[in-house]
Amino acid sequence: MTEIMEVRQLVKHFKRVQAVNGLSFAIPQGICFGLLGPNGAGKTTTIEMMEGITRPSSGQILYKGQENNPAFKQEAGIQFQSTALMDFLAVREVLQLFASFYQHSQPLPHLIEQCQLGDFIDQPATKLSGGQKQRLLLALALVNDPDILFLDEPTTGLDPQSRRNFWRLIEEIKQQGKTVVLTTHYMDEAEQLCDQLVIVDKGQIIAEGSPRDLLRSHFQDVFVCLDSEDLPPEWQQRENVTHQGRQSVIASRSIEGTLQELMQSGAKLHSLQVRNATLDDLFLKLTGHSLRD
Amino acid sequence: MNQLLNLFLARTKEYYRDRGSLSWSFIMPPLIIAVVALAFSREDTTLFKVGYYPADTPPAVLADKGYLQMLPYSDELKARQRVEHHQLDLLIYTDGSQHYLYNPTSVRAQPVRDLIASDTIGADWSAETLAGRKIRYVDWVIPGILAMNLMFSGLFGVGYVIVRYRKNGVLKRLQAAPVSPLTFLTAQMLSRLLIMLMVSIMVYLVSDWFLNFLMLGSYWLLLLIAVLGNICILSLGLIVASRLANEELANGLLNFLTFPMLLLSEVWFSLDGAPHWMSVVAEALPLTHIVQAARSVMLDGAGINEVGYHLLVLGAMTAVFLLLAAKLFRWRSD
Repeated sequence: MTEIMEVRQLVKHFKRVQAVNGLSFAIPQGICFGLLGPNGAGKTTTIEMMEGITRPSSGQILYKGQENNPAFKQEAGIQFQSTALMDFLAVREVLQLFASFYQHSQPLPHLIEQCQLGDFIDQPATKLSGGQKQRLLLALALVNDPDILFLDEPTTGLDPQSRRNFWRLIEEIKQQGKTVVLTTHYMDEAEQLCDQLVIVDKGQIIAEGSPRDLLRSHFQDVFVCLDSEDLPPEWQQRENVTHQGRQSVIASRSIEGTLQELMQSGAKLHSLQVRNATLDDLFLKLTGHSLRD
Repeated sequence: MNQLLNLFLARTKEYYRDRGSLSWSFIMPPLIIAVVALAFSREDTTLFKVGYYPADTPPAVLADKGYLQMLPYSDELKARQRVEHHQLDLLIYTDGSQHYLYNPTSVRAQPVRDLIASDTIGADWSAETLAGRKIRYVDWVIPGILAMNLMFSGLFGVGYVIVRYRKNGVLKRLQAAPVSPLTFLTAQMLSRLLIMLMVSIMVYLVSDWFLNFLMLGSYWLLLLIAVLGNICILSLGLIVASRLANEELANGLLNFLTFPMLLLSEVWFSLDGAPHWMSVVAEALPLTHIVQAARSVMLDGAGINEVGYHLLVLGAMTAVFLLLAAKLFRWRSD
């Protein structure tokens, strides 16, 4: 598979802080590539260096095999984590303005339909709800029909329904064969959207691969979860039991065997949940702290 | 070109839809002019202004008269214009020629002549007359008020808006698009230039209709001064806006620039008789050159040769400001 973008030994210092510390990865064309990590891991700094917004302290960034490729700005679509738009301009006018910046742009009616902007197309762009604004920012990122689309924490702050709508839009964009580069600290978002991801912590890659391969290679267990107060005292100190808030999590190779054992020791099962390992579990295993910490 | 046009149109739409800023631009200058016209409609009868040329030492017998303000002039032409426009009640020649100049149409000239004749100089001095239409204070101050409006609107309109755009991420979004800083800044300047020229022309016409103020020179030359002066001020605003992302700091810096100009650029009062250092500082301020050039055209009927110096200085300042702004500009703050 051809690689559309590659970064080599990327480093970024901010005065005394080393935000990114020697990241290297390649992004094949047509996939959704995720940068997953907690807040402050260096995801935004990395994606902004790839976007050409922030200059790296050292390292190389290649777009279609070339450093400082002059075609990049015309062919890339970018959605920042938070962006204000011009005051007093309607959504349609903002789209027209951004379309005028590019040599090639998508027909606006198609874009308006794709990103579902029709209901508020003549409203001031500064007076939209969170979900509407994210859809407009996505439309601006798509206005030049880009080959590669960068999305930095696109669903942060959205309600669950808006998030799911946004995911559906991204799936449609993926189906058009575009490459999507996504940063997120939501493990469900990464699992849902990403074909490949790198997990970043403190500016370094701590794991990389497809979500399924990563989980398969690190976990053979499923997790049996109970409220801590329902778990008999003799279970509390076992090696395969961890405590997450008010919940105790038992790592188990055999669900039937663990459940039988729990019933024999008199555990109450009304709070019982059984689940597979998630990327958050993987992050916890690799770093000792959760993605959301 | 398409980018420039669309950015220009977008910024212009933003401005005219911002009803608060728009109405303020139209309301403030006529309001100030009306207040000035009203406040200075009565003559100041407590003091007479007597000039002397050359500006070495005033006649000793007049120097200690409390009711006379003695003003030295090293430029005879300027002094004669002051008499012509009723801004000086009398001009005494201290070059040994034993004569003085007054305007026979000025009601204030006669008492000063009487005072001088009866008291000090004596009847043997010869009198020369120079007639001219009286310049009211409002005539004198209008070029200053129009230029002041250009200054505030130019500095805050461009400077403040760009700083706000940098702070809230609009500039970052533009940086991600294939838009050059030059295109973006040119569009901002052109939009503000067009708006301010339209505002200035409308304010001028409306004020003139009410006050019928003096305009002896060419309207085209006045327009040229407004365009050059506006571009110069906008360029200065771009320097302030080149890197800042803090509106409070930008506000402080813009005030730091506007206050000296407001005080020293002869917007409200002439620097005739002020300490020399004030004139030197004023010379370095773009507003001084806009006001002096506009005033020369309006009150003295000056042509392009007479105001050429001011236009050259404004052009040179613009070039320096633009170079600095281009050198310093960043889409994002460091």
